[in-house]
Amino acid sequence: MLTAQFLLLGAVLFCIGVYGVLARKNAVMVLMSIELILNSVNINLLAFSVRHGSVDGNTFALYIIAIAAAEVGVGLALVLLIYRNRRTIALDDLSEMKG
Amino acid sequence: MLAQMNSEVMSSGWFLDHAFLIPIIPAVTFVLIIFFGKKLPMKGSELGVLSMLTSLALAGGAAWQWIQRVNSVVDGAHEAVAEGAHHVAPYVSPVIHEWTWWQSGGFHFGIGQHIDGLALTLLVVVAFISSLVQIYSLEYLRGDRRYTHFFAALTLFSAGMLCMVLAPNMVQLILGWEIMGLCSFMLIGHWWEEEANSRAALKAFFTVRVGDMGLLIGTAILFFSANSWTQKNLGVSGFNISGLSAWAMSGQASHSALTWGAVALFIACIGKSGQFPLHTWLPDAMAGPTPVSSLLHSSTMVVAGVFLVARVYPVFWEGMKIGDTNINFIVLIGGITIVVAALLAFVQHDIKKVLAYSTVSQLGYMMMGLGAGAWLPAVFHIFTHAFFKACLFLSAGSVSHSGSHHSFDMKKDMGGLAKKMPITAATWIISTLALAGVFPLAGFFSKDEIIDNVGHNGYNAFMIVGLSGAFLTAAYMTRATYLTFFGKARGAAAGEHHDEHDAHADAHDSHDAPAAHDAHDSHDTHGAHDAAHGPHESPKLITIPLMILAALALVAGLSNATPFGENWERFKKYVEPSAAYVAIDGTVASGPGEAVVVTQQNVSSEEAVAEEGCAVVAPEAGMACYFPTIHHAPFKWSKAALSLIIVAFGLLSSWMFCVQYYTRRNKRLVGLTERSKVLRGGYTFLWNKYYLDALYEKVIVRSIAHPIAAAAYWVNQNILDGIVNGVGKVSRRVAGWVYRNIDQRVVDGAVNGSGAAARGTGGALRPVQSGKVNQYGALLFAAAAIGALILVIINT
Repeated sequence: MLTAQFLLLGAVLFCIGVYGVLARKNAVMVLMSIELILNSVNINLLAFSVRHGSVDGNTFALYIIAIAAAEVGVGLALVLLIYRNRRTIALDDLSEMKG
Repeated sequence: MLAQMNSEVMSSGWFLDHAFLIPIIPAVTFVLIIFFGKKLPMKGSELGVLSMLTSLALAGGAAWQWIQRVNSVVDGAHEAVAEGAHHVAPYVSPVIHEWTWWQSGGFHFGIGQHIDGLALTLLVVVAFISSLVQIYSLEYLRGDRRYTHFFAALTLFSAGMLCMVLAPNMVQLILGWEIMGLCSFMLIGHWWEEEANSRAALKAFFTVRVGDMGLLIGTAILFFSANSWTQKNLGVSGFNISGLSAWAMSGQASHSALTWGAVALFIACIGKSGQFPLHTWLPDAMAGPTPVSSLLHSSTMVVAGVFLVARVYPVFWEGMKIGDTNINFIVLIGGITIVVAALLAFVQHDIKKVLAYSTVSQLGYMMMGLGAGAWLPAVFHIFTHAFFKACLFLSAGSVSHSGSHHSFDMKKDMGGLAKKMPITAATWIISTLALAGVFPLAGFFSKDEIIDNVGHNGYNAFMIVGLSGAFLTAAYMTRATYLTFFGKARGAAAGEHHDEHDAHADAHDSHDAPAAHDAHDSHDTHGAHDAAHGPHESPKLITIPLMILAALALVAGLSNATPFGENWERFKKYVEPSAAYVAIDGTVASGPGEAVVVTQQNVSSEEAVAEEGCAVVAPEAGMACYFPTIHHAPFKWSKAALSLIIVAFGLLSSWMFCVQYYTRRNKRLVGLTERSKVLRGGYTFLWNKYYLDALYEKVIVRSIAHPIAAAAYWVNQNILDGIVNGVGKVSRRVAGWVYRNIDQRVVDGAVNGSGAAARGTGGALRPVQSGKVNQYGALLFAAAAIGALILVIINT
């Protein structure tokens, strides 16, 4: 069974995504990394769905795809507004705390 | 023997079966007006008027078919009954359709229609008055800044009332009830830019809400006590109105449940129908535009409470023991309301407030009638009152629109308008006479019947209350008529202009001479057409509805004219439910979207049972009653003459007084309230509306809301400090050492300790809140990883 491989792929994608979220400074890159994380979850869901022979996982994956699309729409809108106001999308520069 | 009367024999028809469309049409129109109204040539008002006219046509069709239905049953029964035999009118089953609206935890909540004489009476009246009011508003609110919204709210308001009127169960009734509550808030506060108006809207909303608690509680009480009985015997839920009626009449109902359910429901009616002591919102609701007042106070909103009592009458009949002649809650409240409100109407300067108190007083009549077993006259009074009260309000609006420069102050801005506005004056006077109960106008046939029947049913004290109410009604309406249409023209009615900031005449009877109001044109906010030529008659869009209503105020009473014999008593034949025993034929279970049909048959039971009717003995198994046997007072001219003399005396004495007081300025009368301590005390008491508003706002609201706010503040501030203070106060009194040792060291230590702890924790956690997104992300993932780890450990 290929489940293990699928799960492995999911895990690898997830780790890449986490790395991207943590290490990247560019807001767009962070958003893309989040997409990677969500897709790794999709792969997990589909893997288990195939394994158990039910369509529940597929259904959830579809939901996640739809939500991811909405989320990235909102995220990009935020990035665009930040860029308009600050002329930068480097996340480190956004902090207004004193530290 | 009564004839076997199958439900197939009862003629039905398209209009009867589709009566549920009557509220749906205006409800849909509301949505259309909101979304598309502003783009239409008449700003959405045409949709509102059209929808009300359609509803009126449907209601009229349904009423016509109902008459056919009753005729087919009653005439059939007459053939079978031996001539001269006393019998109970055969049962005409109402046209009930119910669909499952939603279901939750095994409870089905239905929506549908329950069409019988009572529902149809109200449907026709509401649709009719709403149509006329909307037509009137076309002119009255022309150029208003929220014209479209006004028509939308007005349409939804009518939809709410219509929805409530044909409700087959309590849930739909509450739905319509609440829609009306919301819309009344929107309409009373239509001109919310002025603070007084939005305050009045809030007051109306909150006062009614106080009563609405009773509606929910009463419905819940009745549902939980009736549900098993109705499910078993009729196959309907405990919300069902005919189910509740049958349950209340079955003799198997728990008496305490009935009593408390009825009391709770009646509290809701007190709030909605402006009964004492929750009537205070009603006069303030005059802040809304006049068409709104007219609609609110004639056929909708305030009538809802009366309608509720009439609708589930068996519950009140059994719960309040109306059949006995002891004083019960309803008749007491009704009686108090009649007198209390009528007295208040004497001290008002605002023409609309006189009418508002008059409405409260008339609602008191209806309640008193219902409480004393005079069901039919009370319902008939709803019918006639709707016409003449709507007419009075619209006349007052017409006066302010074209006669008094948008003022409603009778003392300052009116007088002598009869010559300038002949049509308005004529309609007003006709309606005034109808309201006072002058033969043969509408009010005579309904109000006199209430008084007569109240006495006939053994409530003699309340008959006297009713008669004195009739005197007061005649007197205060004469005063208002005189001040508005006769005597010398004052203020705006004399063509003077004054602005809003003009010093208001003293809140006292002996007001300044009219000449004291300076005429000044500088602050004229209205269109030039108003200012240019003083008081004049209103345009046709206003006068035609007035004339229609006045005509009905003249003749509506003839639809149940008891003095002229049984053939004239059409309301008794078509509206009053029969008290006959009905065999329960069986029920069809309801699935989602499936109509529940409760078919019933008239029974060919023993003569004895059929002759007695319900409420004498409890119905046997397999039979049900839907209405108690109520007695009708035989009409006597002697009794009618007594009340007519009282009314005439009221009219004349008040007229004489007004002429003496306002025109000749009789030295003995003018300033009487200043000279006599007793009279002045009475006047001040009335002027302050029995101090009820002060009681509610200063005492009750303050004593409840204030402590809550204070307590919340106190707790929020910091509980520990509160404890410190509390302990400190006690300890200071008891002994100093407690204060020093325990308070200072332990509790204050705790305070300081907690403060220090909070500060320390805050300091420790501060680096975490770096404001860097990546760091937050790292924390998130770390937490998730730890969570996953724990999950793995637990599961293995």
